[in-house]
Amino acid sequence: MRIKPSFSRRAFMVFNTTLLALVAFICVMPFLNVLAMSFSSKIAVASGRVSFWPVEFTTTAYAYITKSSAFVTALGVSVQRTLLGVAVNIILIILTAYPLSKPKSQFPGRNILSWYFVITILFSGGLIPSYMIVRYTGLMDTLFALVLPGALPVFSMLVVMNYMRSLPPELEEAAHMDGATYTQSLWFIVLPISTPTIATVLLFSFVGHWNSWFDGLIYMNSADHYPLQSYLQTVTANPEQFFRNSSNLNSDLAVMLGLVNSRTANAAQLFLATIPILAVYPFLQRYFTAGLVLGSVKG
Amino acid sequence: MKTAPVPGKSPGRRNRALPLYVMVAPAVIIVGLFSYGAMAGIGIAFQKFVPTNGLFGSQWIGFSNFRTLFSLPSIWGVIRNTIVISLSKMIGGIIVPVIFSLLLNEISNKYLKRTLQTMVYLPNFMSWVILAGIFVDILSPSTGIVGRIISSFGVKPPFFLGDPKLFPATMVVTDIWKSFGFGSVVYLAALTGIDPALYESAMMDGASRWKQTLYITLPGIASTVILMTVLSMANVLNGGFDQIFNLYSPSVYPTGDILDTLVYRLGIQQAKYAISTAAGLFKSAVSFVFIVASYWLADRVAGYKIF
Repeated sequence: MRIKPSFSRRAFMVFNTTLLALVAFICVMPFLNVLAMSFSSKIAVASGRVSFWPVEFTTTAYAYITKSSAFVTALGVSVQRTLLGVAVNIILIILTAYPLSKPKSQFPGRNILSWYFVITILFSGGLIPSYMIVRYTGLMDTLFALVLPGALPVFSMLVVMNYMRSLPPELEEAAHMDGATYTQSLWFIVLPISTPTIATVLLFSFVGHWNSWFDGLIYMNSADHYPLQSYLQTVTANPEQFFRNSSNLNSDLAVMLGLVNSRTANAAQLFLATIPILAVYPFLQRYFTAGLVLGSVKG
Repeated sequence: MKTAPVPGKSPGRRNRALPLYVMVAPAVIIVGLFSYGAMAGIGIAFQKFVPTNGLFGSQWIGFSNFRTLFSLPSIWGVIRNTIVISLSKMIGGIIVPVIFSLLLNEISNKYLKRTLQTMVYLPNFMSWVILAGIFVDILSPSTGIVGRIISSFGVKPPFFLGDPKLFPATMVVTDIWKSFGFGSVVYLAALTGIDPALYESAMMDGASRWKQTLYITLPGIASTVILMTVLSMANVLNGGFDQIFNLYSPSVYPTGDILDTLVYRLGIQQAKYAISTAAGLFKSAVSFVFIVASYWLADRVAGYKIF
């Protein structure tokens, strides 16, 4: 049965599609503008001619940035903290989720241990106590300060645990009957069928590590130990600095040229820093629904 | 009842579970040190804390730090700002995704739908450092593209990030801009779960599209909306540190300073560790009540359990 849509229905559809297209455009508009600026000449940017397409196309901003040693150093720190951080996250998630997914009869004390981890979601010591722990453990200014305090993402662990708990116990029982140990059945049976869930938490852990900036800012003493996002925080997202510059805009030509130069350079830096996120974005989208459990209940 | 076979030959349950305890041990130790260690560190809030003396060597002074905190001239303004900004974000963060998912649900072309989704989910995965870098540029009244668009209508562009009257609204709008797309995923999932037979029989009975939305679609997602509302309660004192810290400036402190930014400035910038810890503890304690209440309610009204 196919009914021809009424006039009002068609009018609504045209309106609705236009509205949603506009909304979607507003979501990507800032990125397009920055991308266009990063490929435009500083004169074109200064005269306000750049919207969503490069004007007087040039790649000098990228040449300038990739030659800047501060950017390259920070990029290296980010790559290291992300690789190490994601590895530590995933190993601890698996090693914690698996035992906690066992029934109480096989793993006495399971409920107490589950609460031990859940309580850390409900209550936290706050900024200064966490900072002091890092200071007293001598992790200041090391990569471990960025990896160890959040080594076990409890929400991700709960997601994996709930998934493992939903698996039929018969899968492992057969292996255990044949004499397999817990380690063997985890490695050969549970992990292979848990890959979609683990892929989800891996992607979110990756995004989390790549995007985090505050820990680098407070735990690193020297700026050349900053990960990329902390470095960018100090150079681009500094409105005070920005406002000071913009008030001089009309009076001082030298400042203006400097600022405009830094605008295209900043645009290039911001875009380069988002490339890893854009690279995993198609995969992220596939696991959205499961990932939502992670995002929606954060305390 | 026959017991399920478990690994290990030793007779005791505990011995057989030993490998499981070994697996969980590293996480227990790390969480114990960093999370529970930090919880113990809230003792700093009741001390005349000297870092070199540590928690055990510093002098205990009762609630004196809290008295100092609540006599700061800005404190009540900060609490008000925190609640105003977080409540506005919570309300907008429910309404906008619900409306968006209802409208998107009307799009029948699969590819168009996918494309729109890909575009609106994107900002959610960017850090506020990146987004702040972008917003500071595009919202600049003199040079930003938003200012240019507003100017083209003959209106003088406002100073979104520098005007205290506009700053909170700018935070709410940009936060919703970042998160509404991803926030709509859960409602879209609920919408696909509605039985199509309901719509078919409604059409047979001559119900209009609007009537169908009112009597089938909305009741179909109501439980999800209620669940998300209840869970968002936990954020009542979360004004959004990452966002505000990267976008605010002293000129907007009267309306834009929130508890978390105050904790940072007191603790890290001014090294007033004890007062900062007191402010953080105040926030954690209030949040704790709201988080527990929201989980309890979510379990009661929607059967939602975190584990």
